[in-house]
Amino acid sequence: MRRILIMGATSAIAEATAREFAALGDALFLVGRNPDRLTAIADDLRLRGAAQAETWVMDARELNAYPALLDEATQRLGGLDTALIAHGTLTDQIAAQASSEMMLAEFQTNALSHMVLCTELGNRFEAQGHGCIAVISSVAGDRGRQSNYVYGSAKAAVTAFTSGLRQRLHPKGVHVLTIKPGFVDTPMTAAFKKGPLWATPATVAKAIVKAVQRGKPVLYTPWFWWPIMQIIKNVPEAIFRKLKL
Amino acid sequence: MSRQAFSWGRLPAPEQRLIKLASRFDALPTTTESLLPYGLGRSYGDSCLNSGGVLVGTRGLDRYIAFDRDSGVIEVEAGVSLGEIIELTLPQGWFPAALPGTRFVTVGGAIANDVHGKNHHRAGSFGHHLLGFELLRSDGQALHCSPTANAELFAATIGGLGLTGLIRRASLQLQRVPGPWISGSSERFGSLAEFFALSAEAETASAYTVAWIDSSATGANTGRGIFIRGNHAEGPNSTATPKGIRLPITPPQSLINPLTLAAFNALYYWRPAAVARDALWHWQPFFHPLDAVQEWNRIYGPRGFYQYQCVVPMQDAETVIGEMLQRIAESRLGSFLVVLKTFGSMAARGMMSFPRPGATLAIDFPNRGAPTLALLDALDALTMAADGAVYPAKDARMSPTAFRQYFPQWQAFARHVDPRFSSSFWRRVTETEVT
Ligand SMILES: Cc1cc2nc3c(=O)[nH]c(=O)nc-3n(C[C@H](O)[C@H](O)[C@H](O)COP(=O)(O)OP(=O)(O)OC[C@H]3O[C@@H](n4cnc5c(N)ncnc54)[C@H](O)[C@@H]3O)c2cc1C
Ligand SMILES: NC(=O)c1ccc[n+]([C@@H]2O[C@H](COP(=O)([O-])OP(=O)(O)OC[C@H]3O[C@@H](n4cnc5c(N)ncnc54)[C@H](OP(=O)(O)O)[C@@H]3O)[C@@H](O)[C@H]2O)c1
Repeated sequence: MRRILIMGATSAIAEATAREFAALGDALFLVGRNPDRLTAIADDLRLRGAAQAETWVMDARELNAYPALLDEATQRLGGLDTALIAHGTLTDQIAAQASSEMMLAEFQTNALSHMVLCTELGNRFEAQGHGCIAVISSVAGDRGRQSNYVYGSAKAAVTAFTSGLRQRLHPKGVHVLTIKPGFVDTPMTAAFKKGPLWATPATVAKAIVKAVQRGKPVLYTPWFWWPIMQIIKNVPEAIFRKLKL
Repeated sequence: MSRQAFSWGRLPAPEQRLIKLASRFDALPTTTESLLPYGLGRSYGDSCLNSGGVLVGTRGLDRYIAFDRDSGVIEVEAGVSLGEIIELTLPQGWFPAALPGTRFVTVGGAIANDVHGKNHHRAGSFGHHLLGFELLRSDGQALHCSPTANAELFAATIGGLGLTGLIRRASLQLQRVPGPWISGSSERFGSLAEFFALSAEAETASAYTVAWIDSSATGANTGRGIFIRGNHAEGPNSTATPKGIRLPITPPQSLINPLTLAAFNALYYWRPAAVARDALWHWQPFFHPLDAVQEWNRIYGPRGFYQYQCVVPMQDAETVIGEMLQRIAESRLGSFLVVLKTFGSMAARGMMSFPRPGATLAIDFPNRGAPTLALLDALDALTMAADGAVYPAKDARMSPTAFRQYFPQWQAFARHVDPRFSSSFWRRVTETEVT
């Protein structure tokens, strides 16, 4: 049985992943901003087999609240060995490129909060000599594009940060997983037109749980995003800067 | 706006917008367009469509809320499907007390059509096992409805076609079962008279009864078919569920035509497995043989299909259904999916519920345009003359006149319709002049 902290537990991808964990009988500590939704999700996960489903209300931007959060989770679950960091906002690029204040706020939500939580978790898991930190980044972090580079660069920070953390903690028995979903049909992307490249949260969730179980370092999900991103990453800048992506 | 096919018949779809809710705490979309809840789109015609308006997608309301293993009472969000309920409760020995011919229906959809199963003669319809629900109205009120609280709205919402507001959560009473198995038998019958005799005899001892009818048979063979009965039973200790497949593409033309149909029907009727004295089925193939092929509805090609389901009072059932089968066979417009079953006498709890005492016939028709519509109108004339009714969940074409005769209480019901809710079906049968 895993004892799992889920940050951003009301996210569609996080909830689908929590259902997979619940079916395996794991114990869950669910963190988010909306208490009603957290309680409803916890009730559901208990019926789906979770050994325990606890809730904790917190805004991810409260950067100094993480040590207390981890103390609470560890105490209530009787230990902690896995974390899934899933919260995020799809940045309004037009607004964020017009205002550095807004750009910073987005970095707080989509990068700094992840990095703070990873730091706290990393140090604790290093001390206990085991653990798994799974962080949802995005294929959007693989290359900055004009249409969403504020979101993309925050995700790029998360990708680079978790890559370094993985190297540091690998010899200490701690697994760090960087998750890069492609297009997923969730409330975050409700306004987008859907096509054949779109995946369901359930599909992505299954891949995440498998990657956690197998100790995989980086997960592109669905898998076909790996070749797509290899191509996009390798377009020379001289050409890339002329594209309208 | 999109023209995606949103209902099971895949008839050419109107323009409408789907807005998905993510949780039961979400408010209704703020828009001036009319709203209609939308579950899994397993209704065949336009009762789950809203041309020029908004479909409020409920599948994001898919959480279990509470389940009491001792009493078999389950509370769920309204977008949970009956299949998902079974996944949770069958291992604990509980099963829905009324289950339609597919498990891919939501609880909200099951309430809004007051759906029935093969055990209607015993258990009535979905509404009979409904303990209560919460209804969100467009004025923002969330009303708890049950036989004792907001009782009128409770009755109006059962079979209320999604028009009385959004059901957000509901409590159901499940039935105790020994496991996933059904034991029973299947046998051939040569005529409708034999069917009614078999039904009458089987209903005392069997919880589930249903018959398949050979829609190509004419003359002396009219009304022949296969009668199936069953009860929940003990069986082998296996949890394996049958694997399904998916119809990968929509064929350019309906695969169902008079030639394939007659051949299929004869083969199906005469196949040795049609007769089984002591059969043991897993619940899935017994209740939902079609669910094994996902998107089987594409078999009718890009023009889609109609289903016609009527109920006819028992005293005339044999003659009227005989006449219908005769016409269908002569028209060569039918399909092999023909189901005949008797409804019991339990009065429905919904104001607009379809089930009522009598015999109910359901048959698919590939859409061949005018001839198909003319045949369906002819069937309606027979149903109307017999004081029967047609099932709105399956309908895409009944006339306002027919609707008003089948559901004479429609104006009393209209008083409970939420002012911001509407559907293509509702406008078609109530706003058009009766000619
Ligand atoms: C293969 C097959 C076999 C079937 N067999 C049977 C059968 O044996 N017996 C039978 O009775 N029916 C049968 N049906 C029909 C089916 O059970 C009904 O059409 C059912 O209502 C579909 O549920 P849904 O979740 O797909 O709802 P939809 O088709 O999406 O919607 C149906 C209605 O429910 C309303 N609705 C949905 N959710 C809510 C909500 N949360 N609040 C308020 N209103 C809501 C909609 O507005 C609409 O009016 C069958 C259908 C198929 C495809
Ligand atoms: N959907 C995609 O196509 C896609 C693709 C690649 C990566 N991702 C990433 O996947 C993750 C999950 O997103 P999703 O697709 O599942 O979308 P989602 O359902 O909209 O989830 C986003 C979640 O983040 C939470 N959140 C946002 N700001 C927060 C804050 N300040 N404090 C606490 N919680 C906050 C939201 O909580 P509230 O409900 O309280 O707002 C919501 O639960 C995100 O990191 C996203 O960037 C998504």
